[in-house]
Amino acid sequence: MAEEATHGAADAAHAAADAAHGGGPGMPQLDFSTFPNQIFWLIVTLVAIYFILDKVALPRIASVLAERQGTLTNDLAAAEDLKRQAVEAEEAYNKALAEARAEAQRIAEETRAEIQIGLAEATAKADEQIGAKAAESEARIGEIQASATQSVEDVARSVAGDVVNAILPGQSVDADAVAKAVANRMRG
Amino acid sequence: MATESTNTQGKSGSGRVVFFVLIAIAAVLFVLGLVDEYTMDGPNIHPMDQFIVSPLFGDGPIRFYTPTNVTLWMALAVASVAALMVMGTGGRAVIPSRSQSMAELAYGFVRKMVEDVAGKDALPFFPYIFTLFLFILFANFLGLIPMSFTTTSHIAVTAILAAAVFLTVTLVGFIKNGAGFLSLFWVSSAPLALRPVLAVIEIISYFVRPVSHSIRLAGNLMAGHAVLKVFAGFAGAMGMAGIAPILGVVAIYGLEVLVSAIQAYVFTILTCVYLKDALHPHH
Repeated sequence: MAEEATHGAADAAHAAADAAHGGGPGMPQLDFSTFPNQIFWLIVTLVAIYFILDKVALPRIASVLAERQGTLTNDLAAAEDLKRQAVEAEEAYNKALAEARAEAQRIAEETRAEIQIGLAEATAKADEQIGAKAAESEARIGEIQASATQSVEDVARSVAGDVVNAILPGQSVDADAVAKAVANRMRG
Repeated sequence: MATESTNTQGKSGSGRVVFFVLIAIAAVLFVLGLVDEYTMDGPNIHPMDQFIVSPLFGDGPIRFYTPTNVTLWMALAVASVAALMVMGTGGRAVIPSRSQSMAELAYGFVRKMVEDVAGKDALPFFPYIFTLFLFILFANFLGLIPMSFTTTSHIAVTAILAAAVFLTVTLVGFIKNGAGFLSLFWVSSAPLALRPVLAVIEIISYFVRPVSHSIRLAGNLMAGHAVLKVFAGFAGAMGMAGIAPILGVVAIYGLEVLVSAIQAYVFTILTCVYLKDALHPHH
């Protein structure tokens, strides 16, 4: 009994609270007396947000996005340009490298040719000198030989005269005949 | 093809309305039943008290201009929008700060939605649609702060939002297309005999749009917040065993965060769909 009474009291209190809030049972959403208030403030809110967005926020964001797009486009173009420059630089480098290599080859070739020429000249000169020296030596050998031959002939003639004198004493020696005989003998 | 898809959309639209109304009623009844049953045992849980509109100052009658908790939380929504969209973008940086990034994401998200769903010629309506989106989003999120007041859980608010969309869309439809707007209801790809029937269905679905549009939003938020409150009441009443309802509150709170964002998105994309119908009524 007492329990029921408290329940009744609680229900009554709840109902009283509802009544105090001016609402129907349970759903404040269906309390039409608050509708004008809510609608009025909603319209104020929407108009406020609309103007904040339309006058300030949206133009600002649109301009920022456009600026970013522009920056991106420019940066991409710049990057493209730099890439092209890099490719050009590489080409120039390769070209320069090839030229330098060709130049080096040419210089080496020239140097080699020059050295060849110098070598040939030096060889020719040396050959000439060697030839001259050989000729000189040969001439001297010839001279020495000739003088030796002469000496041999003289000795032979003198020996022949002495031999004739020894074999036939008192007999005068025919010098011409001896010379002729020696010369014959030597020639033969 | 397009005709058929809009057609089915219209039909499922009215189906959706019934569905959502039923869900909302069921949720309310469920909550009320729980509360009724629970109040029998002593502790009073009033899950609907959080939706009560009350004056901020004094206890006088609520006139339309009276500053109420509605005023406070709508003002906070305006302040939040201004903080994100104006102060957040104050740097105007080419490389954005975090807040500017968020503002730009929101901008790009809604703008792309308007462009993709309603077409390029709907872009003049972009500030209007963005206003709706940001208001609903921030009102929903602010409503998730404990002890706060959820302005979008009130049918008065969502009905005005939906009615504004409905009026805008209808007016735009007639201004842009004249009487040609009525071809929206005359499904030219259907067999001739079926067209009058379809026209009736299309017209009904057209006028039910604002109802579903508003009740979907208010119903989702009201049900979610009421359930949160009920679980919180259980937690308070159950003492040490209250840990279980608290875990329930945590889980439902996570769900409500999702619902807040999704309902803002759904309201916005439906606005775009309706606007597309107004701009291009020929199926």
